[in-house]
Amino acid sequence: MRAISRYRTAPGADVPVVLSRDGPHGPVVQCADRTAAARGIAPGERVVDVQAIHPDLHVEVADLQGDQALMRRLVYWARRWCPWTVQEGDDGLVLDVTGAAHLFGGEAAILRDMVQMFAMQGLTARAAMAPTRAAARALATHGETPAICRAGDVAAAVAPLPVAALGLAGEDVRLLTRLGLKTVGLLADVPREALMRRFATAAEERNPLILLDRMLGRAPDPLNAPADPQRFLARVRLAEPVIDPYPHLKSLADDLCAALAEAGRGARQLRLTIYRVDSEYRSVQLATAGATRDPAHMLRLFDGRLDGIDPGFGFDLLTLDAPRVEPLAVVQERLDRARDALADVPGLLDRLTARLGQDRVTWSAWTETHRPERVEARVPALTGAPAAPPILARERPVRLLNPAEEVRVIYAVPEGPPTQFRWRRTMYQAVRHAGPERIAPEWWRDRPGTRLRDYYKVEVQDGRRFWLYREGMVGDGRGDAPRWFLHGFFV
Amino acid sequence: MTSDSPYGQVLRLPRRPVRAAPAAPAAAPRPALTDLHPARPADPAATGFALARLADRAGPVLWVQDHASRRENGRLYTPGLRAMGIDQPILHVAVNHPRDALWAMEEGAACAGLAAVVGEIHGAPAVLSFTATKRLVLRAEASGVPVYLIRGGDPGTLSAARERWRLSALPSAPHPDHGQFPGAARWEAELFRARGRAPGRWVAQHDPRAQRPADRLRLVSRPDDGAVDAGDQPLSDRSGG
Repeated sequence: MRAISRYRTAPGADVPVVLSRDGPHGPVVQCADRTAAARGIAPGERVVDVQAIHPDLHVEVADLQGDQALMRRLVYWARRWCPWTVQEGDDGLVLDVTGAAHLFGGEAAILRDMVQMFAMQGLTARAAMAPTRAAARALATHGETPAICRAGDVAAAVAPLPVAALGLAGEDVRLLTRLGLKTVGLLADVPREALMRRFATAAEERNPLILLDRMLGRAPDPLNAPADPQRFLARVRLAEPVIDPYPHLKSLADDLCAALAEAGRGARQLRLTIYRVDSEYRSVQLATAGATRDPAHMLRLFDGRLDGIDPGFGFDLLTLDAPRVEPLAVVQERLDRARDALADVPGLLDRLTARLGQDRVTWSAWTETHRPERVEARVPALTGAPAAPPILARERPVRLLNPAEEVRVIYAVPEGPPTQFRWRRTMYQAVRHAGPERIAPEWWRDRPGTRLRDYYKVEVQDGRRFWLYREGMVGDGRGDAPRWFLHGFFV
Repeated sequence: MTSDSPYGQVLRLPRRPVRAAPAAPAAAPRPALTDLHPARPADPAATGFALARLADRAGPVLWVQDHASRRENGRLYTPGLRAMGIDQPILHVAVNHPRDALWAMEEGAACAGLAAVVGEIHGAPAVLSFTATKRLVLRAEASGVPVYLIRGGDPGTLSAARERWRLSALPSAPHPDHGQFPGAARWEAELFRARGRAPGRWVAQHDPRAQRPADRLRLVSRPDDGAVDAGDQPLSDRSGG
């Protein structure tokens, strides 16, 4: 439902809303809101089928990647309660709150705090606490929430849950249901030897016996929490507020680079923040083309960028941090351990981009098209990489006027380019020409009514070679008499 | 009384006239900064000449354009460069003010990882002074990156460039297949100021299929130049392109 809140107001409470994703045969329901769920719409159904039954259905496209990015951030955000957090499935979080619950006033209080905190972020959380990871997951997804299960009550608490709560795939759930084992309790009552024999060849993740053992605490199910992301930050605290940040930059850059070198990392982004005495802060952020931990290079990047920063009445804290880092190994470039600092092209890209702006320092990118002005696009040099140009069968000019400039035809023959024309207040006489090369409009991209172009390479009397084109043909029904344009220059 | 002036002093002349040894092609230094003056507005001969002289150094080519030259001469169209035998990627820098263009060229001239730096500055802005070109020369000499400065619409201001060329398009060579088609490009190249070599006028032609990159630019003396002599060689043989 994040997608809706981002763009417009959500529809009324009586309108069923679903998020859709692409399925193998058209869009399918990714998830349904409370109204839709009450009407019996379940995830996995095809959107067209649901729309036929519920004509008032409101469908939004799900942002699956955005959801996963949010989940990855929530994993670290959830460390406010305990140090061991890990993502479970697509939409679950597992927290090991062993020894942490008393800090929040007991197990019931920490669970209530979690639901409240997620609600403050606009997220609905189903929380359950149990001695084992699998039991907590089963209670949260298939039981009444919030639920707290004590150490001795696991078997009783999970007994009424369906076997899908074990985390089995749909195929295995169907098999167990066909065998008459519809709940976890029924499965637990089956003799172990029978289950072991029946599922001897099943993989670990699909073996009901192993999953049951994990849920009841008879098999280990450790939590492998990812490490905290390392933050690289250098700071300078000042006794008195100052106005000029430049004198402190060097020590900041030295500290940051020392920390980066210790971790074997290099910065791809740098952010300098000043904290003013009036409780405001200002920051300057810049990016680099390659990972760097060279203090001198960092200083040169900030050169001239801090003039626009508003210090107000002064600031007493400066921080320089690297929001994005990449591994950077120490490379010995030459045997005599001297480094060729001048040949550093990524450093040049950084300096040019930091001063001139991202859109002004560009590589060429290529598009498969026949329109000459669309073949080449420019991508920022910091984000892109140079690509090999396509091999063109036709001769192309070395310079292109963008947009093409119209020429006034003084004297023309019925076929071929004009023999006499005026461009930029100068008269030209065509001596030789080659062509035409016809470039038709691309109907899948151009607007309807776009006219075709006939390109000619024209050599004028003083030797210059122009690339002229005629837009349209006489009698093509797309406007009046065709016009002539000068589009480029050959060498 | 001694004087600094040689007037009236007895000068000791060398016994034998000193003959300048012809420089070996490999040892011929590539000029640090080359000025290219298009003789006419919107004449791409200077662009072609600069492209033809790009050596086969590895690394990208930094191509800097200011706003006026983009408006007057159009922007560089990279799909057309492959036919010129340019394999290096082009790093485009499009700025508005000539001051930024000069700064970007200076940064590029100091970076030895580049194959070349080509700058286009239109008109004769005040920032493109003799001092600015001198700075470019010094940086380029230190790093060894050749720098080309295309100065369209320049009335002829001072420059510290080691070579200054004036270029204009000539009627093209005959097309091998059809008499009416334009053939291979030819330019008139006039070297009107140079350090370490004599000025002259040539007909320049670009041969992208040459074996050595240094042979891509072929310079043939104009018949009205007066410099053609029995001992003369084509310039490309002497300087290595």
